[in-house]
Amino acid sequence: MRVLFKTDYNQDIRLLKHNGFRFWYGLLLLAVLAAPAMVDTYWINELTRVLIYALAGLGLMVVTGFTGQVSLGHAAFMAIGAYLHSFCLANGVPFLLSLPLAALVSGMVGLLVAIPASRMTGLYLAIASLAFAIVVEDVIIHWESVTGGNRGMAVDPPALFGYEIFQAWEFYYIVLAVLIASILLVLNILRTPTGRAMLAVRDSEISAESLGIRVARTKILAFWISASLTGLAGGLFAHFIQFLAPEVFGIVLSIQLLLMIVVGGLGTVHGAIYGAILIGLLESSISILKDWLPPAIGTQPGLEPGLFGLILVLFIIFEPEGVYGRWLKLRTLLENFPFYRRNTFKRQRSYLRTERMR
Amino acid sequence: MAEFLQLLIIGISQGCVYGLIAMGFVMIYKATEMVNFAQGDIMMLGAFVAFSFSAYAGLNFWLALLAAMAVMAVFGALVDMVVVRRIIGQPQFSIVILTISMGFIFRAAAGMIWGPSPLSLDTPFGGTSSFAGAVIGHERLAIIAGTLIMVTLIWLFMTFSRWGIAMQAASQNQLAAFYLGIPVKLIYSGVWGLAAAISCVAGVLLAPITLISALNGFLGIKAFAAAVIGGFGSLPGALVGGLIIGIAEPFAAAYLPEVKNIIGYLIMFAVLVMRPEGLFATIYKKKV
Repeated sequence: MRVLFKTDYNQDIRLLKHNGFRFWYGLLLLAVLAAPAMVDTYWINELTRVLIYALAGLGLMVVTGFTGQVSLGHAAFMAIGAYLHSFCLANGVPFLLSLPLAALVSGMVGLLVAIPASRMTGLYLAIASLAFAIVVEDVIIHWESVTGGNRGMAVDPPALFGYEIFQAWEFYYIVLAVLIASILLVLNILRTPTGRAMLAVRDSEISAESLGIRVARTKILAFWISASLTGLAGGLFAHFIQFLAPEVFGIVLSIQLLLMIVVGGLGTVHGAIYGAILIGLLESSISILKDWLPPAIGTQPGLEPGLFGLILVLFIIFEPEGVYGRWLKLRTLLENFPFYRRNTFKRQRSYLRTERMR
Repeated sequence: MAEFLQLLIIGISQGCVYGLIAMGFVMIYKATEMVNFAQGDIMMLGAFVAFSFSAYAGLNFWLALLAAMAVMAVFGALVDMVVVRRIIGQPQFSIVILTISMGFIFRAAAGMIWGPSPLSLDTPFGGTSSFAGAVIGHERLAIIAGTLIMVTLIWLFMTFSRWGIAMQAASQNQLAAFYLGIPVKLIYSGVWGLAAAISCVAGVLLAPITLISALNGFLGIKAFAAAVIGGFGSLPGALVGGLIIGIAEPFAAAYLPEVKNIIGYLIMFAVLVMRPEGLFATIYKKKV
């Protein structure tokens, strides 16, 4: 069991609290940096996919995990990021300019959804984002001059200062850099008053409001950050899939993102990463599963979302803290071995707290 | 004029379906403060169950409808008892994620059980009538009539029956209702069952128009938009919201085909911007 002695006020602010953290995260950083040298192209691509998912999941985590507002339409922001980025590239905007632009525009569009919806309870945001995703998909289908409609749209390879990037490992490092920068950004936001306000809004809107937090503003801000990050992920995703079609960004992708953060662990940055890894594994196992299922079930278009739904339901009921929460429990058990109490992590409320008054 | 009338009737009938689903949705929200994002999928399941009773068990349409309503009522109550009740007291996003995932499960299950191709249900509402130059299918009239009957029944039930009054009480204040001896848990399951039965009627009435397919579950999203337009906690509001979306759709399809799929959502966003509490505001400030 580790006992931390506080000898410095900065200790409370540090991201890496003690040497154990430094060692393990350093090791992880080395591992992801060295990964392309050790595995073949197929696995580099799989890793890149996981990193992009992690980035999108991190975006959703800001609004759902940290602020407690469910967005059921985050695939739409990926779509906006992806299409805008590809459109800019095709029209000669350099990669390094076009990617932030994708994030910025997705963020701005996110504001358009969040501002009207956030004046009401969180449910409105869920419904508005769901409707918004459908609107975006429809717009993509109909705005053929820009998006290519149902025919789809090819994506130019990324280029940095005139150097075109074709190799999988080069793209891997770009995605990795963006992801690490975004993680640091999110971790830092969480340490600011804004980030703390988000957590307060998540835990109780009423208490947050009583403490002088502007609830609607916090929600809108969270949604803006979230949409920007997801748009960024969308821009990178465009290069990953290399050909954009409207159905890629359907509701199934939104559910997949949601699944990712719930299974990974709501309310933690780790959760987004774990979720992305798990969803990567899940996708490959579903394609294996499809082969030995009877064709009547295996060829169902609804099979994949159905399985996602089932996993989500099981996690929400039995392990709402997700994989990361389970790991924390295990770690606490090991750290305080004989003294672990079963209800250390027990949820407090078990009745329906009414939030209404006529 | 004839075209206008025709579009109007199509719109009203479509809107009635949205309104019925939205009413089930609002009913659950009012009583239990939970949102059921699977409402559209429960409607779709109801239509499939009615189809099974009619095609495999050989019941006539009305018996099949009643049987399906009963089955769906039990199903809805079971969903509450087995799944939803477990997460009472957890944050709102849990219930949103839970119900929307249940919707996906229902859709996948329906696709596996009844196959991917759309099915058609035999209904006694064949034929058309013409009225002032407009040709109107009887199945559209059946939807409107069915909705009127359902709304009247719901109103009677809520206002005069013991159970309905208990539901109203539970929806106003759960704790007080519990103290007064109302079996709140049972009431909640009852509300889920009732909402599922209402959606089942919507699904069956819709069946002759869209055929029965697992994708019909997505209609639920329009019903959520209808509920938002109407003001989230209001039953008449839900119906009016449904009618607004339903009427807007065929007119958009005729005059503005680019937006025909999304007009309902655009109206919803407009309402959110201009009158965020909905047309029939019942929203309340929260209590600490």
